Amino acid sequence: MIYRNKGSRSTRAGFGEGLLESGILSGEVVALGADITASTGVNLFATQYPGRFFSLGIAEQNGAGVAAGLALGGKIPVFTTYAVFSAMRTLDQIRVSVCYNNLHVVIGGAHAGISVGPDGATHQALEDIAVMRSLPGMSVFSPCDATQARILTRMAILDCSGPVYIRFGREAVPDFTGEELETVPGKAQILRPGNHLTLISTGHMVWEALGAAAILARSGINARVINIHTIKPIDRMAIIEAAQETGFLATIEEHQVEGGLGSAVAEIVVSEVPVRMEMIGIPGCFGESGQPAELLGKFGLTSTQLAVRIERAFRDRENQP
Amino acid sequence: MDLIKTSYYIRGLIIKMLASAGSGHTGGSLGLADVFTSLYFNTINHNPDNPGDPLRDRVILSAGHVAPVLYATLSAAGYFDVSELFTLRKFGSRLQGHPARDKRLPGIETSSGSLGQGLSIAVGMALAARLNNQNFRIYSIHGDGELQEGQIWEAAMSAAHYKLSAITAIVDCNGLQIDGPVDRVMNLSPLRDKWASFGWNVLECDGHNHNEIQACFKLASQNTEAPSVVLAHTKMGKGVYTIENDNRWHGKAPNPEEATEFLCQLNESLKIELSKNQEKS
Ligand SMILES: [Mg+2]
Repeated sequence: MIYRNKGSRSTRAGFGEGLLESGILSGEVVALGADITASTGVNLFATQYPGRFFSLGIAEQNGAGVAAGLALGGKIPVFTTYAVFSAMRTLDQIRVSVCYNNLHVVIGGAHAGISVGPDGATHQALEDIAVMRSLPGMSVFSPCDATQARILTRMAILDCSGPVYIRFGREAVPDFTGEELETVPGKAQILRPGNHLTLISTGHMVWEALGAAAILARSGINARVINIHTIKPIDRMAIIEAAQETGFLATIEEHQVEGGLGSAVAEIVVSEVPVRMEMIGIPGCFGESGQPAELLGKFGLTSTQLAVRIERAFRDRENQP
Repeated sequence: MDLIKTSYYIRGLIIKMLASAGSGHTGGSLGLADVFTSLYFNTINHNPDNPGDPLRDRVILSAGHVAPVLYATLSAAGYFDVSELFTLRKFGSRLQGHPARDKRLPGIETSSGSLGQGLSIAVGMALAARLNNQNFRIYSIHGDGELQEGQIWEAAMSAAHYKLSAITAIVDCNGLQIDGPVDRVMNLSPLRDKWASFGWNVLECDGHNHNEIQACFKLASQNTEAPSVVLAHTKMGKGVYTIENDNRWHGKAPNPEEATEFLCQLNESLKIELSKNQEKS
């Protein structure tokens, strides 16, 4: 199936809609805000259900703890702010108050990735996946477009148990999956079949991976494309099969290479089916200000750059004795 | 009278369980024994036979390192058998070094041990209770050194903002922390003014006088406008007079010989307290 952009929208918009839908479906859903509710998408819920929205100000550590208390009180709290704050400033609160208590708290990480753009390094969450996926019991979701963000947000809130971190971005990106693509937490999606190599991606980078696969096809390379919208618990079988059937994997993410999606995939590959991997992401440095496209270009994360790098790595491997 | 005896019974359990464990926090646990006794034996609405009762009052031990006083009090109140206290800090025990909710020890409302987190949990519980139209009370217990954590003041702001009068925070004001006097490690004073300026109803008592402690809890429960904080002035190590106000006993457990000696001292202190009490009445 060929995926087409049905109109660009941000994953944060999808998150806001998913939160509102959850609020309509369950009266137990409550939302917490840390001053930036318009830019995180929480304002949709807050406007509709002011009695179930709690503004906590610029005090994220308290916000995470209050969410834990609400969960202990039988509510389903959704605590959202920029991912740099919701996932990292609050790490100890999430570890002890939320995870050690094994509470169903949904933590929204907005403005994740390098594509946040002009705000610069302090606001570009590039370590949140590594940090969140290392916590016992935490699920980590990273939807690839607005539609999937809406669906996964609803599922994170209403269908999951335990702590869930859901990551989304600021920029409008192609909305391509549509309602007909079934999204199930923990189940990877093969968006494009292929037997030469596999591109494994998450979040905004999935669209770029699809573009890279189309370019590789012109060079006669048949690339499988997998969307890992659930980084934890990860779909081990989809990764093992890709390694077995294609023998070469490239991971692509808007996140540090150390500890992110690539590491999560490598942890399975090295123990199950050791194959060559090309791990593409941010190479251990901070971001900077710039337009999203400029920053994606700097780190080689556009589809054209991805195709060139992956083809070279793939051919090198083929030429090895 | 009975409360004094109960608090000394709890102190004895604390010494015995810590000696058995070989590590743990003696000073603060002894110092809070009267507060815990007044709380569990005279104040809160609870039922040890039904620890999950949705309408029970909640007790959150934010200062998780004084877990021994919580465990000893819960067992004395009948939540579990006193013999289980001797598993404290041992492999496979429900009595972890710091309270752990996942071990399912009856009466443990939340895991704690990383200081400064309990008051935020109290705020969340109070907001949930308000939405659920429940009117139980929530007690969160803190060390004075713990108030150096910034999260405490974030939580204090939010509790006052939402007028969460269901919350009574209790501060164990013993003036000490591991490195020494609180005012030298990082000064908190004027502590009363700090809480008041954050919009809290501030109450103070001798943390070893049951009448004063209970009067504070009562005043707190009658306030419908603001959360309350009880600054309970205590002596670290209270009842074992050779270690009272000695911060070296913050994080140390007695060895078997010391434990025998401490239990003798507790007996003497109990007799003195009882006779003082008799004179008054
Ligand atoms: Mg102290």
